[in-house]
Amino acid sequence: MNKDIIQPPEQCNVAIIGAGPSGLAAATELKKLGVESVIVLEREAQAGGIPRHCTHSPFGLREFKRLYNGERYADELSHQAIKSGVIICLKSSVIAINKGAILELSTPTGIRTLIAQKVIICTGIRETPRANRLISGQRPMGILTSGALQSIIHLKHKKPFQRPVIIGTELVSFSSLLSCRYAGIKPIAMLEKNSRITAKWGVQILAKIFDVPIFYKTCLHNIIGKKEVEAVEINIKCSALKKKKERIKKVLPCDGVIFTGEFVAESSLLRMGHLDVDPSTGNPVIDQFGRCSDSDYFATGNMTHPVETAGYCWKQGRQTAQQVYASLKGELDPYQKRIHIISTSPIIKYIVPQVLALTVKGDYQSGKHIAMDCFQIRVNKAVKGRLSIRSGAKTLVQKKINSLPERRINLKLPCSILSAKNDADIPLQLHFESR
Amino acid sequence: MPITTQYPKKQKTAHYDIIIIGAGSVGCAIARKFTLEGAQVLILEKGTDILDGASKGNSAILHTGFDAPPDSIEQSCIADSYQEFMSLRDKLHLPLMKTGALLLAWTEDEADQLDGILKKAQYNNVNDTQRLSAKVILNKEPQLASHLKAGIYIPKESLIDPWTTPFVYMYQAIENGAQLICCCEVSNGQFDGEKWQLETSQGKFKATTVINCAGLYGDLIDQQLLGWSAFQINPRKGQFIVYDTPANRLIHSIILPVPNKTSKGVLICQTIFGKLLVGPSAEDQDDREDASVTTETLQMLQKKGEELLPALVNESINASYAGICPATQFKDYQIHYHNKKNYVSVSGIRSTGLTAALGIANYVFLQLQKEKSIYSPLDTIIYPKRLNQIAECETRDWQKEGNQGIVCHCERATEREVVTALEDAHLPVNSLDALKRRTRVTMGRCQSFYCSARLAEITETYFKRPI
Ligand SMILES: Cc1cc2nc3c(=O)[nH]c(=O)nc-3n(C[C@H](O)[C@H](O)[C@H](O)COP(=O)(O)OP(=O)(O)OC[C@H]3O[C@@H](n4cnc5c(N)ncnc54)[C@H](O)[C@@H]3O)c2cc1C
Ligand SMILES: Cc1cc2nc3c(=O)[nH]c(=O)nc-3n(C[C@H](O)[C@H](O)[C@H](O)COP(=O)(O)OP(=O)(O)OC[C@H]3O[C@@H](n4cnc5c(N)ncnc54)[C@H](O)[C@@H]3O)c2cc1C
Repeated sequence: MNKDIIQPPEQCNVAIIGAGPSGLAAATELKKLGVESVIVLEREAQAGGIPRHCTHSPFGLREFKRLYNGERYADELSHQAIKSGVIICLKSSVIAINKGAILELSTPTGIRTLIAQKVIICTGIRETPRANRLISGQRPMGILTSGALQSIIHLKHKKPFQRPVIIGTELVSFSSLLSCRYAGIKPIAMLEKNSRITAKWGVQILAKIFDVPIFYKTCLHNIIGKKEVEAVEINIKCSALKKKKERIKKVLPCDGVIFTGEFVAESSLLRMGHLDVDPSTGNPVIDQFGRCSDSDYFATGNMTHPVETAGYCWKQGRQTAQQVYASLKGELDPYQKRIHIISTSPIIKYIVPQVLALTVKGDYQSGKHIAMDCFQIRVNKAVKGRLSIRSGAKTLVQKKINSLPERRINLKLPCSILSAKNDADIPLQLHFESR
Repeated sequence: MPITTQYPKKQKTAHYDIIIIGAGSVGCAIARKFTLEGAQVLILEKGTDILDGASKGNSAILHTGFDAPPDSIEQSCIADSYQEFMSLRDKLHLPLMKTGALLLAWTEDEADQLDGILKKAQYNNVNDTQRLSAKVILNKEPQLASHLKAGIYIPKESLIDPWTTPFVYMYQAIENGAQLICCCEVSNGQFDGEKWQLETSQGKFKATTVINCAGLYGDLIDQQLLGWSAFQINPRKGQFIVYDTPANRLIHSIILPVPNKTSKGVLICQTIFGKLLVGPSAEDQDDREDASVTTETLQMLQKKGEELLPALVNESINASYAGICPATQFKDYQIHYHNKKNYVSVSGIRSTGLTAALGIANYVFLQLQKEKSIYSPLDTIIYPKRLNQIAECETRDWQKEGNQGIVCHCERATEREVVTALEDAHLPVNSLDALKRRTRVTMGRCQSFYCSARLAEITETYFKRPI
C-alpha cells in the first residue's frame, strides 16, 4: 500500500495542509491560475477530509451542480485536483509549522522538511468529545462522537450499539441520526439544552419520521455503566413545575452515547507554533485576505469558522487560493498595518476575520481578486438585538439580528477605515445591544 | 482465533516457588525481583492486562520521599527505590523527566508550615531541598499566579512513565522465566503446611509461597487465604483533568500544594506524554471499582488549576480520569510476612506505589531471605531490548523510518507500533485499554473522532471485546 504513496518533495511553491474540500479546492484553483508546484499534505491514507465519512447527501450542488453522497464527492474533488496537476501526499502529517514557511512532516519513512513559498492551513475541525464537556460517569465502551460513529458505520461497516442517545441537535446530530438509521440502529432520544433545535430548515421532521423523541431543555449529567453503557442520567429543567430552577433527574436506559457537534478548529498545530490564535476558540487569527499573523501562512475552510457546509468551505478555499496567488505575484498589499477587532460582549462566540489589514488601495480589494467582504460572526445563545462595529464612539457598520447559536451572521466590512492612511493603533469594537 | 491470556504460552509448571496475586506496579516489581533471584514465579492477574487496578491511573511522579512519614516502611522503600530506579534506568530504558518540584504556599498560614516540611525532608535525607522566595519562584515559573507567598524547591522529584515502567519490570521477569496468566481471578486457597494450592477462574495452581499484591483487594485475599486480615482497605478515589499539549508549556516543575491533614492536595504537573495534569481530588468511597468522574469535582479541579495557573483559562481539556488507591486505616504500608504460612501480604500501598515498587520488592525479598536463603540468583540476567517508547522525552516511532504512517494523529501513534503491540512475542495486548497503555492511541484531544474506525479494523481479531 505504501508504494502508492507519493513522498513529499523538499520544496514547492504552495504547500496546503489538509486534503478536505477547502484544501483540495484551493490546490486546484492554484494550478488553474498557473502555479507550478502545489503540494497537498494529508495525514490520512485517503484524500477528501470529513465528507469521506459521509455516505449521505447533500454534497456537490455548488461545486458540480450535482447531488453526490460524501464519498463520491470526496473522490470527485481529489480526482479534479490530481487532473489539474496537484500532487497529493498521503500519510503525511504536518507536525510543526515554522517561520519561513518551513514545515516539519511525519511520513511513513520518518521525519521530513518541506520548504514552501506560501502555506495554506486547511486542517478542518473536530467535535467536542465527552472529556471536554466534563460529564460525570465511568468510561464504558460505546461513547462516540458523530465523526467516529460515521466512520465506523460507513468506512468499516460495524455497528457499535443498538439504542444510543444523541447529544445535541445541530445539523450533524441529524446526520448521525441518518447514519444510525442506515445501520439499523434506533436512537432512543436526542437531547437539546435549549428550547429549540440548533439546526435550521425544520430538520426535526427527521426525528419525527424515525420516531425519535427530542427532549428540550435537557442536559446529559451522568453516564452509567462500567464496561458498557447501561443508561444515562439527564437533567430536565422543567419550567412548568413553577418551582424556580428545579431540575428533574431522570434515568434513560440506553447502550451508547453519541456526542455531536460543538465543533472546534483542529488548530493545535497553530497553538504550538508561532501563529496567533484566538485564545478562547483556537481559531487562527486571519485578516480579510485569509492571511495569518505570519504573512507566509494563510488559513481557510472550516478551521476558520466552525462549522460550515462542504460547499461553503470549497468556495472559500478557492477565494483564499486567489489571494495566495496574488501574494506570490506581489500583488497583495504587504503586511504592515493591522487593526484588531475586539468583542465587548460575552454572547459573541467568535468573529472572523479578527484583524483587518489596512491597504494602500483603501478598500478590501487587492489585485484583481475579491477577498472576504463580510465579517462572519457567531453567538453562543439565542439572542435578539443589534450588532455594531465601532471605532471609539463612532459606529461604522451595524445590523439587527435575531439569531440562534451556530448560525452564521454576516456583517459588512467597514470599508471606510481600510485605507493605510488610517491609524491602526486603536482596535475596533464589536458591540452587541440586546433588545 | 482464541485470545491468549497466558504469557509466555509455554507449559504450566506443576509447582512454582512463588505465586504472586496481582500484576499492579507492585506485583510487577516483585515478579522481577524474585525471578532474577532465581525463583520460579507465576503471576495471576484477574484483569485482561497488567496494571488494570490502582496502577492504571496515577500522577506518575517519581517521589524522593521528602514528605513521607519519617521512619516508615514507606519512606525507606521510596528512598531505596529511587536509587535503584536511577541505576536501572539506562539498562532498562526507563524514561525520566527531571523536572524538580515546587511546593508552594499561597497563604501566610501555609507559609508558616514550610519550615516544618523542610525539617521533615532533611530528616528523610532529602537534603537538597531549599526554601525559595515568591520572587525567585515567579522568575522560574512566570505563569504562576502572583499571590504566591513562598515555597520549597525539591530538585529531584521527577516524572516517569506510569505504564511503561512497570510493564518493563514484568517484561524482564517473563524474559527471564516467569509466567503471567491474565483473566485469572484467585478465589480461594489452602496451605498444607508445606505448599499452597490456589483455586482460580482458570484452575488450580501450586506453589511454596504466596505473595498477595492484590492492591484494592488485599484485605479480601488475606481473608480468603489466611482467614483474617490485619487491615481493611478504604478505597480512596482521585480525579484528574488533563489539558491538551499546548498547555504543557505553561509550567515546567511539578507544582505541589502544602498538604492538609487528609490529603496531599491538588498538584499541577506536566505528564511524560506531553500534557498537563491537574489533580487529584481525594474522595473516600466504599466501592473498589467505581472510577467514575463527576462534573462537580472536575469543575473544582478546573477552577483550582486556573486559580494557580491563570493562563489555563484558555487551554482545552483533553481528558479526565480517576484512580483509586488502596488506603487502609493505617498510615504506613501494610507489608506482613506470615512465616508459618509461607505467605506475604503486600498491601495498603497507597499513593506512592509506582515509585516505591522496586524498594518494596527488595524489602519483601529480604524478609523471606532472612528466614532461609533458598534461591540462587540467575547466572545471566536478560535485559529486554529497548521496548516501544511512548514518552515524549524519548524518540518515538513516528520519528522513525518504516512506521507505516500515523493512526492516532493526536497522540502520534503509528500503525507499526499498534501492530507490534498486538503481536508482541511475550506480552501481546488483547484489549483496548492495554493498547492505550502501550501506544497512547485514542487518548488525545479528539478522543477517537479520527482514528476509531481504522483501529477497529486493525485490532479486529485481537481483542476479547472488539472495539
Ligand atoms: C458528521 C458530519 C456530517 C456532515 N455532513 C455534511 C453534508 O451533508 N453536507 C455538507 O455540505 N457538509 C457536511 N458536513 C460539513 C463538511 O464535511 C465540512 O464543511 C467540510 O469537510 C470542511 O472542509 P475542510 O476542508 O475545511 O476540512 P475537513 O474536511 O475537515 O478536512 C481537513 C483535512 O485536514 C487533514 N489534516 C488535519 N490536520 C492535518 C495535519 N496536521 N497534517 C496533514 N493533514 C491534516 C485531515 O485529515 C482532513 O483530511 C458534515 C460534517 C460532519 C462532521
Ligand atoms: C490518584 C492517585 C495518584 C497517584 N500518584 C502516584 C504518583 O505520582 N507516584 C507514585 O509513585 N504513586 C502514585 N500513586 C500510587 C500508585 O498508583 C499505587 O500505589 C499503586 O498503583 C498500587 O499498586 P498495587 O500494585 O499495590 O495495586 P494494584 O495496581 O491495584 O494492583 C493489584 C492487582 O491485583 C489484581 N487482583 C485483585 N484481586 C485479584 C484476585 N482475586 N485475583 C487475581 N488478581 C487480583 C488487580 O486486578 C490488580 O491488577 C497514586 C495513586 C492514586 C490513586
